[in-house]
Amino acid sequence: MMTVSVQKLATIFVEIADTLVDEFDVLDYMHMITERVADLTEAPAVGMLLADQHGRLEFVAGSNESVTLVELFVVQNEEGPCLESFRTGEPVVNVDLDHAGGRWPRFAPLAVASGFQSVHAFPLRLRQQVIGTLNVFGDVAGERFGRDDVMIMQALADAATIGLLQERAVSHGEVLTEQLQGALNSRIIIEQAKGAVAQARGISVDDAFTVIRAYARNHNRRLTEVAHAIVIDPQTLRQFLST
Amino acid sequence: MPAGAGQGAAVTDRRDMIRNLIDDQPLPPGGGSGLLYRVCTAATQTLAASGSGISMMTGEGARGLYAASDPLTEHIEELQFVLGEGPCWEAFSLRRPVLVPDLGEVSPARWPMYIPAVQDSGIRAVFSFPLQMGAIRLGVLDVFRKRTGSLTGEELADAITLAEVTMAALLDRHEEASASGSGDGLADAGEHRAELFQAQGMVMVQLGVSIGEAMARMRAYAFVHGRRLDDVARDVVARRLHFDRERP
Repeated sequence: MMTVSVQKLATIFVEIADTLVDEFDVLDYMHMITERVADLTEAPAVGMLLADQHGRLEFVAGSNESVTLVELFVVQNEEGPCLESFRTGEPVVNVDLDHAGGRWPRFAPLAVASGFQSVHAFPLRLRQQVIGTLNVFGDVAGERFGRDDVMIMQALADAATIGLLQERAVSHGEVLTEQLQGALNSRIIIEQAKGAVAQARGISVDDAFTVIRAYARNHNRRLTEVAHAIVIDPQTLRQFLST
Repeated sequence: MPAGAGQGAAVTDRRDMIRNLIDDQPLPPGGGSGLLYRVCTAATQTLAASGSGISMMTGEGARGLYAASDPLTEHIEELQFVLGEGPCWEAFSLRRPVLVPDLGEVSPARWPMYIPAVQDSGIRAVFSFPLQMGAIRLGVLDVFRKRTGSLTGEELADAITLAEVTMAALLDRHEEASASGSGDGLADAGEHRAELFQAQGMVMVQLGVSIGEAMARMRAYAFVHGRRLDDVARDVVARRLHFDRERP
């Protein structure tokens, strides 16, 4: 299914490995991965979920963050490919959503209603532990990941996990908890900022996210940092809106 | 890390357990109902710690209200503010837990004054948990141990739940009330969906208040109207409910 050049793939792996920067931001990093994977697989939607301290899968980053898509991630705490992949530590691939109503009575119809045809989930594994999942939705009927595609995708997920946790620092499990808790809280800051911008501009929260992300990129600032400034500093919100 | 269906129930059970634990703690010796004090003694008990402290902090890091499980721990907790360094500062500024299972392994350059000072008091491990919800930051819960070693997975989940429950109670401004006696909102602390946080941002702009104040207003509205906080949030995001128009 994937028709991708070796060069492109190599570039992505290098980018995923490049976390030795001073200003590493977990959320920016995860957004980058969802976008690269969406680009690589030509998937309309890619998301990443991380397990919180209770073992619940929390949505952290998506190639797009529409309300309907986020709902599809939330539902997977009860059932769906991410929960299965999270439990087993194995990829769940090429599930035809039209015929998955028996397996996932809530998730499958919701995904079909959102225009998706197929779904895949890859575990984010660190040694024996699964810390979350990478979720890929397809909208072309009959399109499948081949054996090589699955291997590439899992290798990407593995590399992303190492990058996410900055493996060089993971001498103890402490760093895992610190990073995951930090990422989950950053996610909340982004939602708060989406609400603030949506209200101030009279736009939807989906559009607000697009606006915030574009602003961060244009000003070469980190998404979390921009979101935080929007929430904490009224002047930033004003200045932000005038651009 | 446990996984699987029924997680919702497990989360609720842990939260109930923690709230009951806090409520069952004795009142502080100095009088008052002292929620913060009881969180500290509950943390000390459930996390097999030598002591626990909470310091409320302003955005600039100034220390406000504080509490500790015992006088020695109060002294240790205060050290970080006297010295201006330590895990509590780091947890607050980085907005994530700072877990130090062995103070002897920490590079002296990280906290040059704090480490020898706290080791003199017999402390060997420190675990700091921010009291926060996104950009809302109220303070830090510090857990101290006189032996080295990591918190177990269960202990970590308990500690983070303690921080969540405390945060919810503080947002209700019920510092002097019991952890569970104030009714509705606490039941779903920490299990919120994106709409709740989006609604906080919207109400913040509608009322021209801080994000923490916005959350307090939504909780108050939910309580007064006998509604679930998540339902109120959904109405705000759907623009069916406007805090600037309806004088809630």
